[in-house]
Amino acid sequence: MNPEARRRLDTVLGALLAAAMLLALYMALLQAPRERTMGDLQRIFYFHVPAGITGLIAFAVNFFASLAYLIKKDRKWDGLALAAAEIGVVFLAIVLVTGPIWAKPVWLVWWTWSPRLTSALVLWLLYVAYLLVRNYVADPDRKAVAAAVFGVVAFVDAPIVWFSIRWWRDIHPSPMLESGALAPEMRPALWVCIGAFMLLFVYLMRRRVSLETARRDVEELHSRADLGQ
Amino acid sequence: MLGKIWSVLHKDLLIELRTKDSLNAMLFFGIVVLVVFNFALESVRETIRAAVPGVLWVSFAFSGTLGLNRMFASEKENSCLQGLLMLPVDRGIIYLGKTLAVTVFMLITEVVIFVFCLVFFNLEVWREIPYLAMVFVIGTLGFAAVGTLLAAVSVNTRMREVLLPLLLFPVVLPILVNAVEATHIILNSVEYGALRLPLTIMSVFTIVFGTLSYLLFDFVLED
Repeated sequence: MNPEARRRLDTVLGALLAAAMLLALYMALLQAPRERTMGDLQRIFYFHVPAGITGLIAFAVNFFASLAYLIKKDRKWDGLALAAAEIGVVFLAIVLVTGPIWAKPVWLVWWTWSPRLTSALVLWLLYVAYLLVRNYVADPDRKAVAAAVFGVVAFVDAPIVWFSIRWWRDIHPSPMLESGALAPEMRPALWVCIGAFMLLFVYLMRRRVSLETARRDVEELHSRADLGQ
Repeated sequence: MLGKIWSVLHKDLLIELRTKDSLNAMLFFGIVVLVVFNFALESVRETIRAAVPGVLWVSFAFSGTLGLNRMFASEKENSCLQGLLMLPVDRGIIYLGKTLAVTVFMLITEVVIFVFCLVFFNLEVWREIPYLAMVFVIGTLGFAAVGTLLAAVSVNTRMREVLLPLLLFPVVLPILVNAVEATHIILNSVEYGALRLPLTIMSVFTIVFGTLSYLLFDFVLED
């Protein structure tokens, strides 16, 4: 795709995203019915859950991009992995912030060491560590390899962390879409919010990857200028 | 293959035997951590037996991190790493040898820390020793399996000593959680059947990360 078409696609995506976000706000805050016991507080659920799902998808993208980099050694995959990790960390941070805001009035505590909360926190720490590795390696190729190796390790570790503490007492609500516990009137709002978050993820990914590509091009021009070619 | 792994392991053991650089640091730091914990846990002295598993494993993990940091940092001196990489063996062999060396150093340290712990916290432990030994060995293997890989990753970075624990501790959490749990079961209950679950998780972790690191090590030590 040529740069012009790419830019046009970004504009279209941006406009779609803005519309989707307004719709999501409307659905979550006005259209969805008020929950009987928790009242309006429950509406935070429409942001908490989609952010969590999107964050997990971002880490999966990071894993496959890291693997692809190790196999193909093409810096394009490294850029993709980096973008996914950064965005995943932000989305998981949203999860970790909205969770306690909801939990304080409902559970009467900000935080509890339940399996779900603990694994979410560890997952966040793993990918912050992933971003840290990148900060501390100067050579671009070395950096990409070190990050890719850690990306693979982090993603393999995540399910083991979950299984290793699964037997702890959990008071976190179980996934409501799978169990069908979510009231049918609340489903449209949740799906619209998930859609909006996905769109946001795709949009941010495209922007971040193109920024990384531009940075790499500049880097290459610099090194070519240094060599006096 | 075993002979090749042994050569790498033997080299590290021999260096350590001559210099005792890592072991001294690991031992001393482990004991310092125990002393610090003694002050931190002043208020729960009566129920100290319940806190000992956590104290032990934190001190093992901290002193183990010191050992891991030295493992590849020492190879950086006098271009030893280049020599090691020129060996006509698979890089995975180097990984296995290094992992075993770390395990040996850590186990030696753990025995000493454990004895100090018995003395400091006035514990009576005899019957439990074989079970504890099993937990220490499996836990340490798991810790070393992923620790060796991440030590090799961090040795090429600007802040290697600082970076390793940041990378290692979140990853190795399943080992620490289950090792503490298993040690707790041994010290504070008679229901040893409950050991099955933590030991299984630790073994799975060790096998998964042993294999994964064996495969990934090739990429890490490139230069």
